[in-house]
Amino acid sequence: MNDAESIVEMIPRLRRYARALAGDRAAADDLVQDTLARAWAKLHLYRRGTDLRAWLFTVMHNVYVNQLRAARPGVQLDEELPELSQPARQSDGLELRDLDLSIRRLPPEQREVLLLVVLEDMSYEAAAGTLGIPIGTVMSRLARAREKLRAMLSGLPQGGTQLKVVK
Amino acid sequence: MSVEGAPQEDPELKALSQALHQLYDPVLDEPVPERLRARPRSWRAAAIAASWAFLGLCAGTIAGWQLHAAHPAIAPQAEVPGFVKRAAVAHATYSPEVRHPVEVGADQEQHLVAWLSKRLGAQVRAPKLEAVGYSLVGGRLLPGDNGPVAHFMYQTAQGRRITLYVRTEAAENRETAFRFAAEGNVKVFYWIDRKLGYAISSADIGKDDLLKVANVVYQQLNP
Repeated sequence: MNDAESIVEMIPRLRRYARALAGDRAAADDLVQDTLARAWAKLHLYRRGTDLRAWLFTVMHNVYVNQLRAARPGVQLDEELPELSQPARQSDGLELRDLDLSIRRLPPEQREVLLLVVLEDMSYEAAAGTLGIPIGTVMSRLARAREKLRAMLSGLPQGGTQLKVVK
Repeated sequence: MSVEGAPQEDPELKALSQALHQLYDPVLDEPVPERLRARPRSWRAAAIAASWAFLGLCAGTIAGWQLHAAHPAIAPQAEVPGFVKRAAVAHATYSPEVRHPVEVGADQEQHLVAWLSKRLGAQVRAPKLEAVGYSLVGGRLLPGDNGPVAHFMYQTAQGRRITLYVRTEAAENRETAFRFAAEGNVKVFYWIDRKLGYAISSADIGKDDLLKVANVVYQQLNP
């Protein structure tokens, strides 16, 4: 399989990660589209034999960071909570929905680390390489993300009212 | 809280992982929207870059010609062997390629070298340029003015490319020293060593940097 075919194969994985990272479907697919455009243009920079997925995730990370920087700096991510587009599931739908909301409330840099390690199953080392940060930073961001998640999930009221982030 | 060890061993993370997969895995089964499947324009961009490089080459050649007519004494292009121009054109043609920069990749280096040697009827070698930051991308066979030509491509981690053009020389050709030529924006160092003529080209790096690489190539191929 050549590099181009491999990239096409990776699109569903990129979409899953983008959905978790960016929230709603349209924003996530915009992120994927920008990532693919950049990846195609920069494909000559990809070194054959290295992990293509990690390379694509690095490209997506860079695109995502640029998008965040381009957004108005005064806007807090917490205030821009998008509505859920998909209905919660039958059984433990509420819990999952809460988790989804909580993940979106994490600071982007913590959310990225959490998703790469926990959802994408990357080692600390691979996550560090993908994000271009030291392993120690990966570990501390993950720890902070987990603390925040725990606090958010345990402080949940039973209804569907707005979450309050407990510091 | 412990963050030591493999992340996947932590029971709390395992539970979190299962939940995240339940949340986001359905995306994997969604049909990929058409706008993401559409081929990007990078192909066209690469083709445009290649044609610009080619135009630059033509302009450089014409400029050199005119320069030659006006001031023959300072026109190095007049003495440049034809194969050097061919090498520069090959560089301008193949180095912007995104999908097919080479015919045979570096993962089949042995096969590549054996194949090209057989076609040229002379032992060619792909020099090792890791010491100066370049790794082999691969190579291809090209038509030359006096038979098949071996063409190797190398690139840095940043994607800067150089190509090495190797052709067989007619028996009457003498050895030459190391020489430099610029064809448009493509810089070329070349030399002839009895049986083989070599040209190393790049449009991505400066003359001094290319000289460093060319020296390494020269030393490896003409020990």
